[in-house]
Amino acid sequence: MSHLANFSKGLLKENPLLVLVLGTCPSLAITSSAVNGLGMGLAATFVLICSNGVISCIKDLIPDKVRIPCYITVIAAFVSIVDLLMAATLPDLHKTLGIFIPLIVVNCIILGRAEAFAARNSLLPSLLDGAGMGLGFTLALSVMGFIREFLGNGAVFGHKFIPGDGILIFILAPGAFICLGFLIALANILNRASAGKGRA
Amino acid sequence: MKYYILTIISAVFVNNIVLSRFLGICPFLGVSNKTSSALGMSGGVLFVMTLSTTVTFLVNQYILLPLGLGFLQTVMYILIIAALVQIVEIVLKKVSPALYQALGVYLPLITTNCTILGVALLVIQDGLGLSQSIVYAVANALGFAFALLLFSGIRERMELSDIPQELRGVPIALITAGLLSMAFMGFAGMVK
Repeated sequence: MSHLANFSKGLLKENPLLVLVLGTCPSLAITSSAVNGLGMGLAATFVLICSNGVISCIKDLIPDKVRIPCYITVIAAFVSIVDLLMAATLPDLHKTLGIFIPLIVVNCIILGRAEAFAARNSLLPSLLDGAGMGLGFTLALSVMGFIREFLGNGAVFGHKFIPGDGILIFILAPGAFICLGFLIALANILNRASAGKGRA
Repeated sequence: MKYYILTIISAVFVNNIVLSRFLGICPFLGVSNKTSSALGMSGGVLFVMTLSTTVTFLVNQYILLPLGLGFLQTVMYILIIAALVQIVEIVLKKVSPALYQALGVYLPLITTNCTILGVALLVIQDGLGLSQSIVYAVANALGFAFALLLFSGIRERMELSDIPQELRGVPIALITAGLLSMAFMGFAGMVK
């Protein structure tokens, strides 16, 4: 039960993007289409699971004072792996995501989970926490990419449904901020509603 | 000279690092509640960004590339930035306690500020030279400061206004940032 809770809390109740408001930079920058959101989310999920796993294994070996640099090094190693893998297998996506792949290193979600969860829990819960948080992030990014692509371009995953130009502003920078703002408000409403139900 | 002036105008107004490149959103939302903290953060970023871009550029040029270690870039850079921030903190504490008082709290946060790593990576990606890189770093730090200060001014006023409950806090801040970014789009096409 608690394993399930470790996994599922990342999806909505503690969704890293919509509730904890971490990792906002990549989510604003690359969600101009649903495919980009999905790709970024999966890359971050991979790093999150691996770094959570490794950090929970080595947490007892690291002196407390230098733990943050150690975590960052572990994370940076996995980010480099993802970066090189994506460049080799998905060159187009890698080019679109560009600088935001190496920037996963400074994504607050990853370091945040390492510090808040993996450093205090054993391997299995850490892996599940990483997977849940990663998928929650992926979900949020995909939804945002979906909305922006649909409103801005009349398309879903690159397939055009509505002919003509769409509301261009949603593809551009301002649309990203506004879309994320309303999504966070929506997550607030949903979480409040489910919390209210829990009490009653 | 013209190149440098254009770089600065471009980074501050046209391709603002926060509002059109989406780097450094976390501090942008996190420390923009008060103008004074926004000022402190901007100062810290200006300082660290210029220093770290210079150092990472030199390390990349004279250590990583000749040895064929380009794949270590990300790991190297983040370690250099983390170490630099620590050093700056220690030096500042000894040399200028007043400045340390003003910037101290923001310095550790700067390590995970993606503008720093972002700019260090962007100058390599764009193939800039050393002096161009330094100007680019300063210009982007100014752009960051400009966006942060404008935004903190708006947020201070927003405290007093009546906002629907669901939108309070981060959501309304993001929507405001969207409108600010829309205003900045008016500069598009001014340079290049």
